[in-house]
Amino acid sequence: MSEYLLLLLSTALVNNVVLVKFLGLCPFMGISKKMDTALSMGLATTFVITFTTAGAWLLEHWLLMPLGIQYLRILTYILAIAAVVQFTEMVIRKTAPALYQVLGIYLPLITTNCAVLGLPLLNVQEKSGFAVSLMVGFGSSVGFTLVLVLFAGLRERIALATVSATFAGAPIAFITAGLLALAFMGFAGLVPH
Amino acid sequence: MIAALTSLTILGLVLGLILGVAARVFRVEGNKLVEEIMEILPGSQCGQCGFPGCAGAAQALAAGGAPVTLCPPGGRSVVLELAAKLGKEVNLAGVKDSVPKVAEVKEELCIGCTRCFKVCPTDAIMGAAQQIHSVFRDACTACGKCEEVCPTESVKLQPIPVTLHGWYWHKPNLQVLRNIPA
Amino acid sequence: MKLFKLRGGVHPESRKELAADRAIRVLPMPEYLYVPLLQHVGAPAQPNVNVGDKVLKGQLIGASQGVISAPVHAPTSGHIVAVGDYPAAHPSGLTAPTITIKADGEDRWLDTEAVSDPFVLSPDQISARVAAAGIVGLGGATFPSAVKLNLSRKNNVHTLIINGGECEPYITCDDRLMRERAAEIVEGVRLIRYAVGAEVVMVGIEDNKPAALAAMTLAAKNTEVKVIAVPAMYPMGWDKQMIKALTGREVPADGRTADIGVLVHNVATAFAVRDAVRFGRPLVSRLVTVSGGSVIEPANLEVPIGTLVENLFQFCGGFRNKPARMVLGGPMMGIQLASAAVPIVKGSSGVLALTDSEIGNVQPSPCIRCSSCVRACPVGLLPLDMAAHIRAGDSSAAVTLGLKDCVACGCCSFVCPSHIPLVHYFNFAKGELMEQERVKLKQESTKKLAEMRNERIARIERERVEAAAKRKAAREARERAAKEAAAKVVTETA
Repeated sequence: MSEYLLLLLSTALVNNVVLVKFLGLCPFMGISKKMDTALSMGLATTFVITFTTAGAWLLEHWLLMPLGIQYLRILTYILAIAAVVQFTEMVIRKTAPALYQVLGIYLPLITTNCAVLGLPLLNVQEKSGFAVSLMVGFGSSVGFTLVLVLFAGLRERIALATVSATFAGAPIAFITAGLLALAFMGFAGLVPH
Repeated sequence: MIAALTSLTILGLVLGLILGVAARVFRVEGNKLVEEIMEILPGSQCGQCGFPGCAGAAQALAAGGAPVTLCPPGGRSVVLELAAKLGKEVNLAGVKDSVPKVAEVKEELCIGCTRCFKVCPTDAIMGAAQQIHSVFRDACTACGKCEEVCPTESVKLQPIPVTLHGWYWHKPNLQVLRNIPA
Repeated sequence: MKLFKLRGGVHPESRKELAADRAIRVLPMPEYLYVPLLQHVGAPAQPNVNVGDKVLKGQLIGASQGVISAPVHAPTSGHIVAVGDYPAAHPSGLTAPTITIKADGEDRWLDTEAVSDPFVLSPDQISARVAAAGIVGLGGATFPSAVKLNLSRKNNVHTLIINGGECEPYITCDDRLMRERAAEIVEGVRLIRYAVGAEVVMVGIEDNKPAALAAMTLAAKNTEVKVIAVPAMYPMGWDKQMIKALTGREVPADGRTADIGVLVHNVATAFAVRDAVRFGRPLVSRLVTVSGGSVIEPANLEVPIGTLVENLFQFCGGFRNKPARMVLGGPMMGIQLASAAVPIVKGSSGVLALTDSEIGNVQPSPCIRCSSCVRACPVGLLPLDMAAHIRAGDSSAAVTLGLKDCVACGCCSFVCPSHIPLVHYFNFAKGELMEQERVKLKQESTKKLAEMRNERIARIERERVEAAAKRKAAREARERAAKEAAAKVVTETA
């Protein structure tokens, strides 16, 4: 049990998917202006990543490996990801039309979020078992949500600050992202290897 | 080769089937968003946005085909509400709401043709044939329809004069902070 | 008596010594008086005189209209020379409906109904007399006093607090009033207590006015009125601060003092109530402090309502040097006057002519988040965060931080080391929100109008179609009948 907890911690904080592995930077910059939309985006992505890591493991071990067609890995993964994203989109559209509008293009773009494709591929590389894969997927996406929400909080505050004209807008956001990444390096010693 | 083809085809078919079923289950009846936007819009069907009435504008807004600043009678507050609902960023500088207007009848020019009060979407103009018309300021949305039909240019949109009742402090503009975007 | 701990507050230099020792003098009647119709919170009074009418002092010239309103009366005898717009005592310098009276110099009172023993009147009669006298909160809030009395009786108010906390620097009119007319004030207090049926009566006076404290204590001897010294600080005169100091209770956010069973009136209001109830005399004059570094001879004057501010300065010997700023009210919450040709209203406690050194015109610099304003705020708000949100154009976020509870006392702006005009931001945001509210209300009503019009047009169209169908049916029936008749004739002839 403690092994899984450690896995969760290390994927969410130590090897944070955004700030350490630099995956999923597009929604990180794009949907981080408001706290509540950032949280919704994070939750949608968490849902997609958790399902795709599980689905990808099943595809890998029950379809690709038995048939020896691992060279089709990326293609099949993308197919599965696109299906899950499409499904999420339908659910959100039905349950929260305003959120659907707010997430806009970023919702279908979860398909091309590199974290979503990257995590199953990393799992294959590490030859992880099903439970571990699922945990890595879930932990990483929780880390993604955490960072997105933290960053949105920072940006909400920056919106109030007196930023000089040279740095106003995107530049200060990038600098803040850099500082946040530095801060996350502090977690490096948290989980023993 | 055959295995790859068949397996991918089957996979695609299965996923397609699941999505097809999901699309049925999660079908959106009408568009809730359109109704919510309709609530925000003034509903005077003035057509200044270029859409046929507020329903058309709401549909365009929901589909993302129209800017949130489309509604002149709504002014700033409608823009802000729409932006909040749709999660859009707005630059209020482009919204010419700084001088709210109402229609006013120049009595010496009015010939009592009744054209203006027939087109007024909110019944804000009172008058009868051969009588000088006048405007209820509280009901006028400054849609400008009366201005268009008036044959003698008697009805004109005029800025509402600032009174003690409506006056409020301007936003502080600090000298030191001038090089900082607001 | 035990006093309770207060939140926030500041200690500005009092500068009351300029006028505190100057006895009340009566301002000679000016030639023209400009009486605005809206001198109170609520609906403006409705003028009931015309140009040319002769009026006596105390005669009704504007009747109250609506639930929350107050009448206005002629401050002297003379005749009406104008009913129209005149610049108001307002930071915008805009005009307001005003009745102009040319004084005839006789200053003759209207015959009023005096009562030898006002305590034989019923509480209802007392509030009716207060309402008819047009008395409003003279501390500056200008809320109609009779409305407050009725509301308090309905809410079973148990504690009456009389506010002698004159905390604005420079202003000394309430101090002088308490020193010189303590007995009259106490009678007014007892009348208010009788009218609302309160059990406890406390008069809170700041301890920087020892003479007023002594005079009031003496006058209140052997009565149910307790006079209590409270620490001198700003804003001690804010009613909720006074309640907290004396009772330890706090008025809930967006609630009224009546919610916790307390009624607060200013000492000057109590004085005016006594005049109204005992002599039936309406509120036509008030005490005004004329002070500031530029004024040659500061004074406490009894001034008819509607006197121009410039008349007051003239009477006080004019200016030593050109004032850098003229203020109506105190320096903390008063309003800057663009011109001295504006009338004194019921809520004006002072007029100040301040020199350059007194106003301290320093350029603001960015916020350093020192949180001095948070410590100074008597309401317990976060002025720095509210201002930052407003500056970024998000007034609604400031509302969630409690903007609506801000009383614009100015403590935050006063202590700010960066000289940020915090209260200016709050006033702007409050005005903007009110404007949005108005626009929204208008939109809702016009939306309804538009819907009704569409329905009407649809109904007319429907009725037209129906009528046409009916006409058509009737015509066909007629034709058929005619045809049948013709056929009958044919058969008969055959």
